[in-house]
Amino acid sequence: MSITLKDVEHVANLARLALTDAEKAQFTDQLNAILKYAEKLNELDTDNVEPTTHVLPITNVLRDDECRESLPIEKVLLNAPDEEDGQIKVPAVLE
Amino acid sequence: MALFDLRLQEVHNQLNNKELSVAELVDASYARIKETEPAIQAFITLNEDNARAQALEMDKRLQEGGERGLLFGLPAGIKDNIVTEGLLTTCASQFLRNYNPIYSATSALKLKAADAVTIGKLNMDEFAMGGSNENSSYYPTRNPWNTEYVPGGSSGGSAASVAAGQVYFSLGSDTGGSIRQPAAYCGIVGLKPTYGLVSRFGLVAFASSLDQIGPLTKNVEDAAYVLQAIAGYDKNDSTSANVEIPDYTAALTGDVKGLRIGVPKEYLGAGIDPRVKEAVMNALKVYESLGATWEEVSLPHTEYAIAAYYLLASSEASSNLARFDGVRYGVRADNPDNLIDMYRKSRSQGFGPEVKRRIMLGTYALSSGYYDAYYLKAQKVRTLIKGDFDNVFKQYDLIIGPTAPTPAFRIGEQVGDPLTMYLNDICTIPVSLAGVPAISVPCGTADGLPIGLQIIGKAFDETTVLRAAHAFEAHTDHHKLRPQL
Repeated sequence: MSITLKDVEHVANLARLALTDAEKAQFTDQLNAILKYAEKLNELDTDNVEPTTHVLPITNVLRDDECRESLPIEKVLLNAPDEEDGQIKVPAVLE
Repeated sequence: MALFDLRLQEVHNQLNNKELSVAELVDASYARIKETEPAIQAFITLNEDNARAQALEMDKRLQEGGERGLLFGLPAGIKDNIVTEGLLTTCASQFLRNYNPIYSATSALKLKAADAVTIGKLNMDEFAMGGSNENSSYYPTRNPWNTEYVPGGSSGGSAASVAAGQVYFSLGSDTGGSIRQPAAYCGIVGLKPTYGLVSRFGLVAFASSLDQIGPLTKNVEDAAYVLQAIAGYDKNDSTSANVEIPDYTAALTGDVKGLRIGVPKEYLGAGIDPRVKEAVMNALKVYESLGATWEEVSLPHTEYAIAAYYLLASSEASSNLARFDGVRYGVRADNPDNLIDMYRKSRSQGFGPEVKRRIMLGTYALSSGYYDAYYLKAQKVRTLIKGDFDNVFKQYDLIIGPTAPTPAFRIGEQVGDPLTMYLNDICTIPVSLAGVPAISVPCGTADGLPIGLQIIGKAFDETTVLRAAHAFEAHTDHHKLRPQL
């Protein structure tokens, strides 16, 4: 499998990255080199191997369903790049 | 002897006897930073006013005979991906250059509860992606042993600041070697605990199934003290392990008689600098002389670890870093056409090249049609790699080898060649994938640059790792060497 410039553009869109032409060309080369290296994994037969998502024997960690204090609005807005009337402001979602 | 070369007990004795004050410790830290920082560049943000105020409060407490925590008065540096309320936390990224956290990480709160003094926030590779600190978007930290060389990474600031005597100890984070490798390059002690032992709450996530916080110190005893302060179950971290925390310093008995050590042939084969190999073999002789035994063992899937790691870590990173969209915090791009354009522009302006590269790799590996071939495959290979360790640990108490295949490399030497850079992590990445604890301790030098010995233990068996590291240190002088700055 080899990655084309078009693939890089598609993935950049999925990742919400706007890449320059130079970045696109560079990533095409570098991702191809890394993925070529990763093909090494195909030397291993893993048909009967379970995947490891993480190493601890714990699943479904739930907290008690109880009400807790929310963060104060000043704190929530402290780092917001733009705000209005106690809410975080973003550009229009619908045209 | 420099103040920060005193052992923790000696510092506390001097504080008790009023021969020393916390204010003097904090003064010493900032004086040393002023003196060495132009050459080292270990810090991104200093916490000077708060630290001095805290020192005064603590000295008052000392006078009044009030309660004192385990790390009382010790100047500490914190890696800049561990959030600290009211103290800028940038992850060495332009995206977070103005980020003022509204809460503190559990590990930072625990340091505070133990009465350590936060001196400042330490430089790193952006979002912990890198092994040289050259990926910091601010400036590269330099190796105190030779400022033409990298300090390692991604916790390069954490390692360099301890080695340069700017702080008494520091916290770093380790995803694929990011505590151990810089500790090795800078000639200090660095411990990556078992996955789940130290809370990740408030550690800005890179690869959630691998990230772990740990101490960087000048000796093993201090590492045990710091671990004691930060380990433990945290309900705010769903991957926190609910295990009994032993007394780590009590484990430092010096007795390694009868310990069975496995030495993986894959860690001493091709690509390992002969000087590194020699230093490791010399360390094994020390263990022999102390009554431990060692044999060559095999971790047969080692050669697949780097490929599996970069797919897994990058996939997790691409998902974790989706939160940086310019909406709630961080830097938002000016004049976007619409919401999607705002995401794109903000992320593109805010992230550096290595971060973009890994987001791209991870997004690709998780994308429709490639998930099974790359991500799932890598997770299965991870099972095999973990199995290698499980097998060896059936017969051996510890695994010992080098931390990194070579000493530090020159700044700029490997930039532009990500794959070569990734290969520096060949001895640390398999350990991270297996989730087991490992420590790097100084075991020699080559051309004036330190070499690290890696001691790997069973899951949650930090006591044996620390005991073996401490015994080695007690019978060698490598850890006493200091860089000439």
